[in-house]
Amino acid sequence: MHENIIEIKNAAFFYDSETANAEAVIKNISLSVKRGSFVAVLGHNGSGKSTLAKLCNAILVPQEGKVFVNGMDTSDSSLTFEIRRAVGMVFQNPDNQIVATVVEDDVAFGPENLGVEPKEIRRRVDSALRSVGMYDFRGFPPHNLSGGQKQRVAIAGIIAMRTECIVLDEPTAMLDPKGRVEVMKTVKSLNRELGITVVFITHFMDEAAQADRIIVMDDGGIILDGTPKEVFSNKDTLRESGLDVPVAAEFADMLISEGIDLPKGILTADECVEAVADAAKKRGLI
Amino acid sequence: MIRDITIGQYLPGDSVLHRLDARMKTALTFLFVIMIFFCKNFLSLGLVAVFTLLLTVLSKVPFRMMIKSLKPIFIILVFTAVLNILYTGGGRELFGFWKISITDKGLYTAGFMVIRIICLITGSSLLTYTTTPTHLTDAIERLLSPLKLFKIQVNTLAMMMTLALRFIPTLIEEIDRIMNAQKARGADLESGGVIKRAKALIPILIPLFISAFRRAYELAFAMECRCYHGGDGRTRMKQMKLSARDFAAAFCVALLFGGIIFLNYKFKALI
Repeated sequence: MHENIIEIKNAAFFYDSETANAEAVIKNISLSVKRGSFVAVLGHNGSGKSTLAKLCNAILVPQEGKVFVNGMDTSDSSLTFEIRRAVGMVFQNPDNQIVATVVEDDVAFGPENLGVEPKEIRRRVDSALRSVGMYDFRGFPPHNLSGGQKQRVAIAGIIAMRTECIVLDEPTAMLDPKGRVEVMKTVKSLNRELGITVVFITHFMDEAAQADRIIVMDDGGIILDGTPKEVFSNKDTLRESGLDVPVAAEFADMLISEGIDLPKGILTADECVEAVADAAKKRGLI
Repeated sequence: MIRDITIGQYLPGDSVLHRLDARMKTALTFLFVIMIFFCKNFLSLGLVAVFTLLLTVLSKVPFRMMIKSLKPIFIILVFTAVLNILYTGGGRELFGFWKISITDKGLYTAGFMVIRIICLITGSSLLTYTTTPTHLTDAIERLLSPLKLFKIQVNTLAMMMTLALRFIPTLIEEIDRIMNAQKARGADLESGGVIKRAKALIPILIPLFISAFRRAYELAFAMECRCYHGGDGRTRMKQMKLSARDFAAAFCVALLFGGIIFLNYKFKALI
């Protein structure tokens, strides 16, 4: 048992490696993801975060350096099957990853490919659909579902394979606010209740703020790595790479600079509301 | 308007025909179609017609729907009838005019052909009316599986059919969106002659193809991530099971076949 489910060592990746002046999309990155953790990868468009995701389950193999999944080298093509069994991936466009005309058949697709016994597939499909809250929709055709629901079906399709880790490549980018909340809630509960390791790639600050650890990427490299509180305290570094702090944090900072006594490190709207209420009480306003 | 297109012709229901195993249903429909061509006279064809009528009643498919499925072949029916009336030689002349001569045999043959085609279409429509596209694909995959001996990748074919069915609604939505986008830019899709309207389709087809290729590319990634590696070592969640009902259906079709052979042999052949 390896403590780090994903281990990236000095990896570099170029698209189009034949051209001499090809610029690296991933520049000498080293990174390890602990089993059971919830890691968010933040970065603006073109920062290399999607490429990083694809390195994690052998869709892409780095030209320099190595990537290990559970100690298995992704450049060894005989291990690809086992690697994808350990690390599943959910993509941005919910329509382009559903293969069957019925929800439950789609969730069964992965286990069927692995050659699991039919009765066991049934069990896995039912439990996977329950854990993403889509069990009541099992007989639906996917095109009648909302974007958030489709994305939850795609997640169920991965966990039915009993993967230990899910990499989600901007799963909320094409969804409406309601769908984004649904997907985020599902992913968090999978991490807490089933202990599945999550690598969540996003450009939404408030989504990243809900992870245990945030990695900020810019121009193919990692510029910040730490807990949400640590990362969002580096406001200037974030701004330089075209990112912002969450709105609640920004608001709290403005209040602090106006001389209102609030604790440091506020990230979510709820925390902010509580802190403001406390401050108001202290001043005898309520 | 474009969203009204339904996939296949499946009509949800709970009749005996709906509950039959899709493999048995497909195989029996195939046999039924062959049997129609075995009929040599009105008696055996009549038996087939009664059987077809019985199946339609059993399937609880509204007659209105059956008529609808016959509509597209109406012209073919008329054409067949007219040709047979005019060109069947022999028999007693009923009506003669210039080079045209209509004989009783011509009329019989025309009637025979029309009934035969109606039975053919009705019988095969019943299959698609009572079977979901998913079951039909599964059934075809399993019925064709002996072809694996000849190195034909039946699994891959079935996968292609499933994906095609899955993406029909998605691509229809996409066409809708592209059409609206082009109309917003002033594209005129509704006026002009055939050639002008065909040309107006180009700005719709090109984006559609590009997006379909992009979707295919992403889908292939997603399938690989879920360990798809063709048919080898693949299992299926839904197992198909033959029940007593299916064997009873096979027995009925066998009886029908016996009946046709008997009537053909006992009575004079018409054609």
